[in-house]
Amino acid sequence: MGRAMGLAGLLLGLVVVPAVLVTTSLRHGAPRTEAEPEPSGWELAADAVPEDSLWPLPQWVRTYPRQLQLAPSRFQLVHGAGSSAGPDCGLLQDAFRRYYEYMFGHSRRRTRGRRPLDARGEPELFQLQVVIEAGDPGCDRHPQLTSSEAYHLTVTEPVAVLKASEVWGALRGLETFSQLVHEDDYGSFLINESEINDLPRFAHRGVLLDTSRHYLPLKSILTNLDAMAFNKFNVLHWHIVDDQSFPYQSIYFPELSDKGAYSSNLIYTPADVRLVIEYARLRGIRVIPEFDTPGHTQSWGKGQKDLLTPCYKRGQPTGSFGPVNPIWNTTYNFMAKFFKEISSVFPDEFIHLGGDEVDFSCWKSNPEVKEFMKKQGFGTDYAKLESYYVQNILDIVSSYNKGQMVWQEVFDHKVQLKPDTVVQVWMANNYAHELSSVTGAGFTAVLSAPWYLDYISYGQDWKKYYSVEPLNFPGSEKQKKLLIGGEACLWGEFVDATNLTPRLWPRASAVGERLWSSSNVTNLQDAYKRLTNHRCRML
Amino acid sequence: AENEPSWETPCTELLVYVSTPGCDGFPTLDSKESYKLSVSKGSMLLSAETVWGALRGLETFSQLVGRDENGTYYINETEIVDFPRFPHRGLLLDTSRHYLPLRAILETLDVMAYNKFNVFHWHIVDDPSFPYESSTFPELSKQGAFNAMTHVYTASDVRTVIEYARLRGIRVIAEFDTPGHTLSWGPGAPGLLTPCYMGKVPSGVYGPINPIVNSTYQFLTRLFQEVSTVFPDFFLHLGGDEVDFTCWQSNPEIRAFMMERGFGEDYKKLESFYIQRLLDIVSSLGKGYIVWQEVFDNDVKLRPDTIIHVWKENKMQYLKEMANVTRSGYQALLSAPWYLNRISYGQDWIEAYKVEPLNFEGSPEQKALVVGGEACMWGEYVDVTNLTPRLWPRGGAVAERLWSNETVRDVEDAYARLVEFRCTLLGRGVQAQPLYVGYCDREFGGV
Repeated sequence: MGRAMGLAGLLLGLVVVPAVLVTTSLRHGAPRTEAEPEPSGWELAADAVPEDSLWPLPQWVRTYPRQLQLAPSRFQLVHGAGSSAGPDCGLLQDAFRRYYEYMFGHSRRRTRGRRPLDARGEPELFQLQVVIEAGDPGCDRHPQLTSSEAYHLTVTEPVAVLKASEVWGALRGLETFSQLVHEDDYGSFLINESEINDLPRFAHRGVLLDTSRHYLPLKSILTNLDAMAFNKFNVLHWHIVDDQSFPYQSIYFPELSDKGAYSSNLIYTPADVRLVIEYARLRGIRVIPEFDTPGHTQSWGKGQKDLLTPCYKRGQPTGSFGPVNPIWNTTYNFMAKFFKEISSVFPDEFIHLGGDEVDFSCWKSNPEVKEFMKKQGFGTDYAKLESYYVQNILDIVSSYNKGQMVWQEVFDHKVQLKPDTVVQVWMANNYAHELSSVTGAGFTAVLSAPWYLDYISYGQDWKKYYSVEPLNFPGSEKQKKLLIGGEACLWGEFVDATNLTPRLWPRASAVGERLWSSSNVTNLQDAYKRLTNHRCRML
Repeated sequence: AENEPSWETPCTELLVYVSTPGCDGFPTLDSKESYKLSVSKGSMLLSAETVWGALRGLETFSQLVGRDENGTYYINETEIVDFPRFPHRGLLLDTSRHYLPLRAILETLDVMAYNKFNVFHWHIVDDPSFPYESSTFPELSKQGAFNAMTHVYTASDVRTVIEYARLRGIRVIAEFDTPGHTLSWGPGAPGLLTPCYMGKVPSGVYGPINPIVNSTYQFLTRLFQEVSTVFPDFFLHLGGDEVDFTCWQSNPEIRAFMMERGFGEDYKKLESFYIQRLLDIVSSLGKGYIVWQEVFDNDVKLRPDTIIHVWKENKMQYLKEMANVTRSGYQALLSAPWYLNRISYGQDWIEAYKVEPLNFEGSPEQKALVVGGEACMWGEYVDVTNLTPRLWPRGGAVAERLWSNETVRDVEDAYARLVEFRCTLLGRGVQAQPLYVGYCDREFGGV
């Protein structure tokens, strides 16, 4: 079908505009269609090719020279016939309004100024019909790792059709549709006839935000969720607390933020958290909270006495504290109650439990801990103590029916993980080897090591993020399937609301395309062209 | 009782006393910016020789006012005697690589004043775009701006910037960089740039300004006549950096000219030939000039009051250059270690702070020729979306190095003060980025 249509399109172009050579654009990604040679020798007529600003690049795009006009006052985003979703699907209703605004924005619904019928050039596109095909569209659910984000978009007169199995695919398709609409030099809204078949290469495409090193006001987080949706990211990894501050207002343990937040106004109330989760949901974004223990917990100790290990020097407590105390029952009673709350506040199937960078020196200094080590037969291997602790936490969280994500140390220190634990690989040194190990042991992995966006440098560093090939590690086909995606991390030591957005975007967009688009979409010049256009659109 | 705070009647007046008139003038390189501030029970007095000193004193006074936990404003009894270590403390903005809207420039001037910077080096045009609307040559921006309707600085804009700066004691030094960095001049001034050749035929590509035709010098005379009137400061920055000789070398007419003049293959001589004539033009217009270091390095004949701008940074080579420039009797401006556009991970303000401009071998007379320095924010990767957080508070490190005493070098103390100052900037509505983890009391007005 494709080849014939393509040729027909070419002939049409030749017949209609003999002096001008046009091309149809064939972009292939995943091996869903047979490979076709690029038409050679055709120059582009217009200044821009329709795909010039698509980001991330869909798996399969075909555009035709024929353009359709859209009139903001008449164009509608509607539920198509046969869709399992209708006007009671709040998520889609919200999306229709949002995308109308993105596409036509400042053009109010004009009631005056109709162009005379015979002066109109191109045919008009009246609607985009959205058809959800699965019996349960998912309107009121939260997105999951296994949600379908595939969609099929046909743009042709008089009506464009967006088909998706679930609402999540429709959201992705709406974003793509909005990227196809462009203005000509008269200000008319145009779109080329096109057909797009798309789905993500990786199912877990995330951004990590750190709200402990610096508090991030809600507005900042919400703006970021918008930007993520523009780039088809679908996971917000919320590294919400850490050593420096504890802004999460807990219902069971209000003292944690009372004493641990930077100040009483720099907190996230339950209402704030609900807002973030819902705002994300409406954009098909999962919110995975991270409550990192046993290290990175200094701020927890302010509001929860006897949680952290007291450090000793020459047999006396020094007054400073180390990681969470792994030997007291009270620790596990606290964690059981705390994670009960977290499990109910955050609807995602997964909770990130951290487990990174545990400094053993405080444990080593504490006589009770040393005694415990002896009793347990751990010798002087404190990694065993760390594993003992993490094991218990994993069991607690499991009992609340939540899956767990952990940093790679937890795997490296041979903790007994549940089969569906997700290991986040973050250490830059030889991360390919780590990916082999993790997937070789049968665990799913998420890659962050080459994507620490807080590591700024002079120049176009987006290129190095773009050039990462996540599956470039030694392993079987089966192993490679266990790499479910990646996350761009923006740690907060040097980042707050004053510089977050320009630091994260559009650099994170490079990661977004790497995780969505096909592995053979690697051309930097083409990427630069599309990314600069995409950046201006984000502005 | 002895330990009670002495809450006297609240201070109601800061008296400002200026001894030399000059409210309506422009600040110059020689302006005196010294001031004395005396806050005691019953009287607050700011005295300065000039209005410029008064401006500096007012900023300091505003930094002394604090608020206690009840919200009451207070100020400690204080005695301050202050004056700048260097008279030229500048900031370079590049409005050619990316257009900066007026409000971004004005905001930058505000924050410069908070930091006691006193020179705005406006690198206004370059290769990528020509946003300066010239009344003599309107085609320059019509053809050379990114968008001639929206991405330009009208005469009114330029006047606004100059006056806004003046009211803050900031000089505006415009840079029209030639003969290189001039691609955007080409479309609006046909015949100005050198046509490059591919063998015997023009390749269609252009290079630096054509130094061998008279039309060039007629053009420059008229342009700089306008620029000299528009910009009131005594100094103009004439650029002169990074001239790529390959285009000149490819052009047969130029090669012929080189032969004629006996320059051989030394294109530095051609560059000097051009610069010489340009400097003479600008001199005759009654202006002094600042040039990038290449002009000095290439042995161009310069006026004794020329200021050489040292910018090349290669493992502290810049200190050698400072020595050479001052030994030859010229004044020097330092920018090499202060390229703030070169970002990196971590607290890079510390490196900028540790710079010691006079750390070179030379006599005291030589060192006296160092008039100051400039922090540079080149625009390749900078526009209004990221200018302010990238500039501040890092620029503050340079500001203190140029104002404060040579002995003020303690990094821990500087960190504590700069963190406070950054919070102050936030309070004044400036999106200055954090130095490290933490928070400010008055960060956000709500969600």
